[in-house]
Amino acid sequence: MKVAVTSTGKTLDSPVDPRFGRAKNFIVFDTETGAHEVLDNRSGVDAAHGAGPQAAQEISRSGAKCVITGRCGPKAERALQAAGIEVIPGATGTVAEMLEKFRRGELSSSAESSDPNGS
Amino acid sequence: MRIVIASGKGGTGKTTVATGLARSCEGDVQLLDCDVEEPDCHLFLKPNIEGSEAVGIPIPTVDGEKCTGHGECGKICQYNAIVSLGGAPVVFPELCHGCGGCALVCPEEAITEVPRQVGVVEYGHSGHIEFIQGRLRVGEAMSPPVMRAVKKYVREGATTIIDAPPGTSCPVVEAVKHTDFAVLVTEPTPFGLNDLTLAVEMLRKLRIPLGVVINRAGIGDDGVEAYCRSEGISILLRIPYDRRIAVAYSRGETLEVAIPEYREKLAGLATAIAAKVSS
Repeated sequence: MKVAVTSTGKTLDSPVDPRFGRAKNFIVFDTETGAHEVLDNRSGVDAAHGAGPQAAQEISRSGAKCVITGRCGPKAERALQAAGIEVIPGATGTVAEMLEKFRRGELSSSAESSDPNGS
Repeated sequence: MRIVIASGKGGTGKTTVATGLARSCEGDVQLLDCDVEEPDCHLFLKPNIEGSEAVGIPIPTVDGEKCTGHGECGKICQYNAIVSLGGAPVVFPELCHGCGGCALVCPEEAITEVPRQVGVVEYGHSGHIEFIQGRLRVGEAMSPPVMRAVKKYVREGATTIIDAPPGTSCPVVEAVKHTDFAVLVTEPTPFGLNDLTLAVEMLRKLRIPLGVVINRAGIGDDGVEAYCRSEGISILLRIPYDRRIAVAYSRGETLEVAIPEYREKLAGLATAIAAKVSS
């Protein structure tokens, strides 16, 4: 299974990016092979509007079935839900730390938007 | 003749000049309030509103039966208002600019467009003035469709005065488009000058002739006067920093009511603009 983590850098020891749609990078990790790829999200960072839906589209194309991030806006949440992608908000620390917690089953998804006020 | 009243900086007196000008011009006069996020000319002209029409933009709806998940719609949309995620796409109406591109490129013809109301146009009269204003719905981000609907009421042969929103961005470009002359209302301060310069640059790009009205003349410095001299821009009128104008404004009264001699000065402003336009 592929898991996407929002990341400020391009390596696994980078700090998690707390934002979803405007995260600097997405690190897509394959839990079966241990391989990962880095998706640059510059177009999302620079987007005037709709960064969330655009990022959801990128994640969907990458094949990831789960997103680990700080918080996710209502539009992104709706798009990810439509794509059948699970969202795990509230991430802190490094990408590697979050992936380890995910592997141990210590992270839980939320059915509610992590950002009820919109963004 | 179409005269747009614009400014770079907000709060310089566009509405004061627009409403005063409309009241002071004789004959067939229209006033179009294109500051659709906060139309306020009605507070001064107190028009009798005779009717209204809804303004909508076309947004896509997807027929899930026909959609095969090609994703062409998501690729063409520059605003991420429709995103394709394998199955049927998800639409975000508040991001949609209504261009119709998604419906055009869909190979399955699964997308139809339905109007979504974003605002309203209201029309009526205030004395001899034909009054039209646009009102954007609270929370909407895009004012140009409402402004275009207001500007459909422009009549050939009338003296049409358009009150523009402040700034120099897309809505202002929409307001000044297809006008014969722009009156830039400014105040003689460094802030006023900074934003005036931006507005002048925009109007010159659009090749719209322009002139300046200095409001609150007597405060600030002579930077605006010096700028206009060096750029060859005519200063059409100076409105003094006068307590009587502030009192009248707070009561919803127009400029020529506050200082009666301004009726003649504003009528003269219209005549001077007409001469510039026809020359």
